[in-house]
Amino acid sequence: MEPPVSESSVTSGPGSVGRPGGADRPGRFGPYGGRYVPEALIAALDELDREYQSAAADPAFQAELDGLLRSYSGRPTPVTEVARFGAEAAHGARVLLKREDLNHTGSHKINNVLGQALLTKRIGKRRVIAETGAGQHGVATATAAALMGLECVIYMGEEDTRRQALNVARMELLGATVIPVSTGSRTLKDAINEALRDWVTNVATTNYVFGTVAGPHPFPTLVRDLQRIIGVEARQQVLELTGRLPDAVAACVGGGSNAIGIFHAFVDDADVKLYGFEAGGDGVASGRHAATITAGAPGVLHGARSYLLQDEFGQTIESHSISAGLDYPGVGPEHSWLKDSGRAIYQPVDDAEAMEAFRLLCRTEGIIPAIESAHALAGVRRLGAELGPDAVILVNLSGRGDKDVDTAAKWFGLMEQ
Amino acid sequence: MNTSAVFEKARAENRAALIGYLPAGYPSVAGGIDALKAMVDAGVDVVEIGLPYSDPLMDGPVIQAAVDAALRAGTDTTHVLRTVEAVAETGTPALVMSYWNPIDRYGTERFARDLASAGGAGAITPDLLPDDSDEWLPAARAHDLDTVFLIAPSSTDERIALTAEACRGFVYAASTMGVTGTRDQVGDAAAGLVARARTVTQTPLAVGLGVSNGDQAAQIASFADGVIVGSAFVRCMLEADSPAEGARAAGKLAADLAAGVRRR
Repeated sequence: MEPPVSESSVTSGPGSVGRPGGADRPGRFGPYGGRYVPEALIAALDELDREYQSAAADPAFQAELDGLLRSYSGRPTPVTEVARFGAEAAHGARVLLKREDLNHTGSHKINNVLGQALLTKRIGKRRVIAETGAGQHGVATATAAALMGLECVIYMGEEDTRRQALNVARMELLGATVIPVSTGSRTLKDAINEALRDWVTNVATTNYVFGTVAGPHPFPTLVRDLQRIIGVEARQQVLELTGRLPDAVAACVGGGSNAIGIFHAFVDDADVKLYGFEAGGDGVASGRHAATITAGAPGVLHGARSYLLQDEFGQTIESHSISAGLDYPGVGPEHSWLKDSGRAIYQPVDDAEAMEAFRLLCRTEGIIPAIESAHALAGVRRLGAELGPDAVILVNLSGRGDKDVDTAAKWFGLMEQ
Repeated sequence: MNTSAVFEKARAENRAALIGYLPAGYPSVAGGIDALKAMVDAGVDVVEIGLPYSDPLMDGPVIQAAVDAALRAGTDTTHVLRTVEAVAETGTPALVMSYWNPIDRYGTERFARDLASAGGAGAITPDLLPDDSDEWLPAARAHDLDTVFLIAPSSTDERIALTAEACRGFVYAASTMGVTGTRDQVGDAAAGLVARARTVTQTPLAVGLGVSNGDQAAQIASFADGVIVGSAFVRCMLEADSPAEGARAAGKLAADLAAGVRRR
C-alpha cells in the first residue's frame, strides 16, 4: 500500500476561470471562494496561508502528520465491499465503502484537525477554537488539542448540543470547553458566526481550526488538501480490488469536506462520475431542507462566495435536516464550481430515504453508519438503478453512527420520542 | 452637505466629527427614523444606518439583539432605503452599513442607484475588502457614493494604504481587535493605527468600536477626525420602556458625545 500522506501534497485550485478580475486571485474556484471577512482577520488568514504553504513543502512536517495519521488515527482506512447491501440497494452493482468511520474519533474529521493542530503549533499559538454541528469536528478538534496540549474551545449551536448530547460529553471529557450558541437558528451556521467573533477578538493567541471546505481562503484549499488523502487511498484501493476505476464516487455534502476529500483524486478521471448528496430534510418542495446547491443561489456567507440558501434580500434561510452534520445553509466554494462546471452532480436525499438506507446498511452489513453518510448510501440506491449491475460504485462512509443511535431509535420507534 | 464637507467643517471648527449608528427597523421603521432624527438634532454629524442581516459576524450581542428584532419584524432592504431617505431629508449625510451579501443579492448596480436616489451618501462594507470590490467601486463612483472600508490594528502598512486608497468619505479605523460593543477602555491600538494611516492618506480617519460616552469621545477626538458610536446608541433603544423614551435617551447620549468631540 502507498504511504498515506506522500501523495497528498498541496495542489492549487482547480482553475481560475471566472468573473472579471477574479482570475489571478488566490483562493478562487471560478467565481467562488475568496475572502469576505473583516479586515481584522486578514493578517491571520495570510499568516495561516503562509505557514501552510511552508509546512506543505516541509518534509519534516509531512512526516510528522503522516506518522500521526498512521499510528494515531489508524490510516490507511480500508475499503470494504458490501455485497449484501449492493444486492438489496443497488440492483446488484458492486458497492465499495471507503471506511472513514474506522478512523480514531469515528469520522474523516480527524484527517483535517491533526494537520491544523500541527499548523497551530508551528505558528506558535496555544489556543484553538472550532465550530461543530454534529459534534464530529468538535470531538476531533478536542482530541487533537488534548494530544498536542492546546487549549480548546468549541462553539456548538444550542439545538445541536441537545441533539448530540453525547458528543458534548465527549468533548468535555477530552478537556475542551463547549460553548452553546443561542443566537439565530442555534445550529452550525450560528456556531461559525460565534467562532469567527471569538477569532477576531483573540486572533493574536488563537487559531481557528475550521471544520470544512468552506470559509475564507485559505480554509477551502487547506481543508481540501488535508482531506485529499481519502480519495488518494481509495483510488488505489479500488484499482487493487477491482482492476479498474469506479464508475461513480458518492459522498454526502454538508459543508463538503468528506466529499471533496474523496472526489479530488478522481477529478481528472473523466469517466468517473462524481455525485454529491445533499440533505433534503422534509423534501426540497417543503422548504425544510439543507439542499444548498440544489435549491440555493450564489452569494456570500461565512467569508466565501458560494451557493447558499437565501431569500430575495440576501438573508440566510435556516436549513433543516435530521442530520446535524449536514444541517448547514452553505457549501464549500469548490463544490459550487464543480457543480457549475458540470464535473460533479448534486442531488437531494430526504430524511426518510437516508434513514431507510441507514437501516439497510445496519441489517445487511453489520455497519451502523453516521446519518450524514447514510445520505450517500441512499444516493447509491438511485445510482444502482441508473448504472446497472456491472457498475462499481465507491461510497465515502464518512462516519460511524454511534452518535446517532438515539436519533435512529426514535425515528424507528424503538424508543419513546 | 456631503460627508467630506462635514469632515472639513469639523476640522475648521477644530473638533472631530460625530458619527452615530442605528440599525434600520428597530424598534420599527418609523421608530428608528425618529431616534436617528433625535440623534441628528443633538449633534450627530453623519448617520450610519445598519442593514439588518441574519449573520452579523462582526457584531456583538447588543447590535445582534436589535438586528434580530428588526428582522423578525420583517425589515428588509426597502425599509433601509426608506430610512435613508428620511434621514437624508434633514441634510445630514446618511450612509448604509451593510454586510456584503444583502447588497450582492439586491444587485450591486441596483443598490447603488437606489441608495443614491434615496439621497444616501454611501455605504460602509465591513466584510467587503477593496481587493474584491471590482463591482462595487465603479457602481458607487458612477452614482457619486462614498465607499468606506475598514482598517484594523492588525492591518499591515500595505493594506492600510490599499484600503485608504479605495475609501471615499472617511476611513473606518477599528479601535481594537474584536466585534462591536461598548468597552470600558478604548485601547491604545487606535492611536497607533490612526498614526500609521496618517502617513499614507489625506482621507479623514474615524475611529469606531467600543466608544460609549463623552469622555471616550474626547479621548478619540484628540487624535482622530471622527468618532463612531454604535452599540451605545442601540443600547439606549434596547433598554428604553418605549420607542419615544429610546429616542430621547439616544438624543441625550448624542449630546454628551457631541460635547466630547468638541473637548479634545
